[in-house]
Amino acid sequence: MNLNEFFHMGGYGSYVWTSYGITLVVLLLNIILPARQHRKLLADIARKARRAGRKP
Amino acid sequence: MFNNFFHKMASPKYFYRISGKLIPWFAVPCLLLTLAGLYYGLVEAPTDYQQGDSYRIMFIHVPAAWMSLFIYMVMAGAGAIGLIWRIKLAEIVSISSAPIGAWFTFLALITGSIWGKPMWGTWWVWDARLTSELILLFLYLGVIALYSAIDDKRTAARATAILAIVGVVNIPIIHYSVEWWNTLHQGPTVTKFDKPSIHISMLIPLLLMALAFKLYYAFVVLMRARCELLERERHTGWARELTEEK
Repeated sequence: MNLNEFFHMGGYGSYVWTSYGITLVVLLLNIILPARQHRKLLADIARKARRAGRKP
Repeated sequence: MFNNFFHKMASPKYFYRISGKLIPWFAVPCLLLTLAGLYYGLVEAPTDYQQGDSYRIMFIHVPAAWMSLFIYMVMAGAGAIGLIWRIKLAEIVSISSAPIGAWFTFLALITGSIWGKPMWGTWWVWDARLTSELILLFLYLGVIALYSAIDDKRTAARATAILAIVGVVNIPIIHYSVEWWNTLHQGPTVTKFDKPSIHISMLIPLLLMALAFKLYYAFVVLMRARCELLERERHTGWARELTEEK
């Protein structure tokens, strides 16, 4: 099997690759967004703690 | 000893630490299984004699649909545990599952639609299987909306748990819809009591992908649960200590 045939998928290439593409994007987003939220939360908590610490 | 273990696991600080360590142990096998599943599914598995290569959508469509049901049961189950025993972590696991389940339901619907176009000649039919799966998506969205609509998170968790438990009635309807009603959707080929009517060369990538999706859910729900926990406990001592450690 050559690469062209592989991407062609017997004429169903656009259907198959769209499905896999959407799935990849959704699954990656569901990792990236919580990771980003986590980082933000930690930074936020640290900032508030520092501010509270400065005041006697 | 067991009591002690559960007591520790239910402590937010301990859960936060352990879950952080567990995530890579799910994420790495997930990645490996996905790569293996993609290789066997897209390269090794033969072309289907009826559906040509379009059937390869099955390797994500079916695991995504399974996950949409599985995650719903986890969400409702954890919700019930939180409701009965007032375990905060169960509430958090329940609510953290909702967006992931919604996304898997979306994937099952969209990949099914894309598969349906060349095979059935239509993107969508209002039959029992597709409609009940769409209702599942609305149930997930309802849970998410209800949770965010109530400010007090413990009250919100109780309300969403009840909604999730009531919605469980939809799960057997989805599962048996292809047997109870006439439909364009094909019947089950794997989850039958007699031998699965799917060739081993297609069954292997399907099961690899299904396992990969399970592991994916395991680590993503932990990621979300840690966020939710931190958000709720941000004013407590352990959350502040956490940021000072670094």
